[in-house]
Amino acid sequence: MRIGLAQIRPALGRLDRNLALHREMIQQAKENQVDLLIFPELSLTGYQLQDLTYEVARTMDHPEIQELVSLSEEMDLVFGMVEESPDHILYNAGVYASGGRIVHVHRKVYLPTYGMFDEARYFGRGRNIRSFETRFGRMGMLICEDMWHVSVPYLLAQDGAEWLIVLSNSPARRVGSEGLGSEQVWHRLLSTHAMLHGSYVFFSHRVGVEDGVTFFGGSMAYDPFGRLIKQGALFEPELVLVDVKPDQIRRARFQMPMLRDEDVELTARELNRIIAQRTEEGTRS
Amino acid sequence: MNRIEEMFVQAPYLRVDEKLTVDLLTRALREEVEKAGFDRVILGLSGGIDSALSLYLCVEAFGKDRVTAVRMPYRTSSPSSLADAQAAIDDTGVESITIDITPQIDAYFERFPDATPLRRGNKMARERMTILYDLSAQYNALVIGTSNKTELLLGYGTQYGDMASAVNPLGDLYKTQVRQLSAYLGVPQQIIDKPPSADLWQDQTDEGELGFSYFDVDRLLYYLIDCRYTREQLSELGFPSDFVERVTRRIVRNQYKRRLPVILKLGDRTIGVDFRYLRDWGL
Repeated sequence: MRIGLAQIRPALGRLDRNLALHREMIQQAKENQVDLLIFPELSLTGYQLQDLTYEVARTMDHPEIQELVSLSEEMDLVFGMVEESPDHILYNAGVYASGGRIVHVHRKVYLPTYGMFDEARYFGRGRNIRSFETRFGRMGMLICEDMWHVSVPYLLAQDGAEWLIVLSNSPARRVGSEGLGSEQVWHRLLSTHAMLHGSYVFFSHRVGVEDGVTFFGGSMAYDPFGRLIKQGALFEPELVLVDVKPDQIRRARFQMPMLRDEDVELTARELNRIIAQRTEEGTRS
Repeated sequence: MNRIEEMFVQAPYLRVDEKLTVDLLTRALREEVEKAGFDRVILGLSGGIDSALSLYLCVEAFGKDRVTAVRMPYRTSSPSSLADAQAAIDDTGVESITIDITPQIDAYFERFPDATPLRRGNKMARERMTILYDLSAQYNALVIGTSNKTELLLGYGTQYGDMASAVNPLGDLYKTQVRQLSAYLGVPQQIIDKPPSADLWQDQTDEGELGFSYFDVDRLLYYLIDCRYTREQLSELGFPSDFVERVTRRIVRNQYKRRLPVILKLGDRTIGVDFRYLRDWGL
């Protein structure tokens, strides 16, 4: 099967222009026989939205969203948006669409709110970490910071995911004497999780600049052995094509059966103990 | 070993990956300018290293034909500054304009013959700013900044003068890194070698006026700002406590120069407080 990582340059707060970008990319992916096309985090809106968050939010049944979803007749699509829930909470959401309908929505759980990040000011926090069935097998979706919490890929893998899709917006930071710090840590992170969970990991990342902050691109695909199989260009828009062999998952998990040997009951028991202790701590006089 | 390399032996953490940094800065500069609907840029060229590096980055980003450099000497400006700026203009091949600001500065200070050098210097810096913004309208070119991270943090610049611009490619580079990138991009050696000076009065040098060297303060700023070291940790690294104190005071005292004017809140959504949008809103 062929995966496409849609490394686009979204315009801040311009759904109209970004929808056009999505359509162009889908067309290009179609010409390249892509089966699953993955856009970055907030691909419909741009990242540092601040008060624009309220203006670019859409309900899932909004015509603009439904029109994009209908294009998943051609190929499976993953895209990022600001979702307005029925009770008017806004979420940083990733949508998986296939056959013209929405298969799964992941609401970002871990909202970075430190340094230059301000997400919890605007977004509600997702309450679910679930894998889901697709025509290619079980998948798990994560949005950027979700990948920085070990529990998220762990739970998705335990929940049967064989493919991890990471939608991201990551600023170029820590330019030191040895390249781009923020790119290097993503390599380490993705490689480690691909290997530990015996899963393919796809990192779809944007390019472009918002108020002087550069998003570095360099979208990545790692195989279930933790090896980099493809990386997109730095700083330039690109459709990154990755051919994958699902059999690799099987071979990796035969070779390294960590998933088989993982003791979730033990993990749950110890977690419950830790939670109980922490709850106690707050009540001691 | 040259001076810059010697510095990095002492402070390897200040070194940046030259190719990557230039690549990132020129792309971001081009995108920010073009997104705002401009395809030309303009900047003041003093003959110093900061504006020279800005010029070279602009040429790298836009090509020489879309860049205009403006020299704005005053009668007491050092003649070598004018020549150094010319060397950068000749080397890059950009269009240049020279405007002597002596008439308007002197006309104004006829009223205030006793004005301090500080007042005169600030007036000159702001005069240059108004010229750049006027020419920006004539050329339909965006004004590019020339203030590095060291002087922005120390407040060593004139608010609404040399600190004014639309996009500033140097604002996250310490002076030591400005030197490194200038050498990398081939800024004329005479500009790299001379002591940094605002050139607002005779024999002025930045380091003389500040009372410490850029290299020393860059190392301190790295630990103080980037690493958030405590006073105790800085002292363990060998930074004298009075030096740390003086620099910290400068940073705090000059915060106002790095912010928009304070607005007195009345309504629900006040600009700069809870009316929050990026400058690149919708671009």
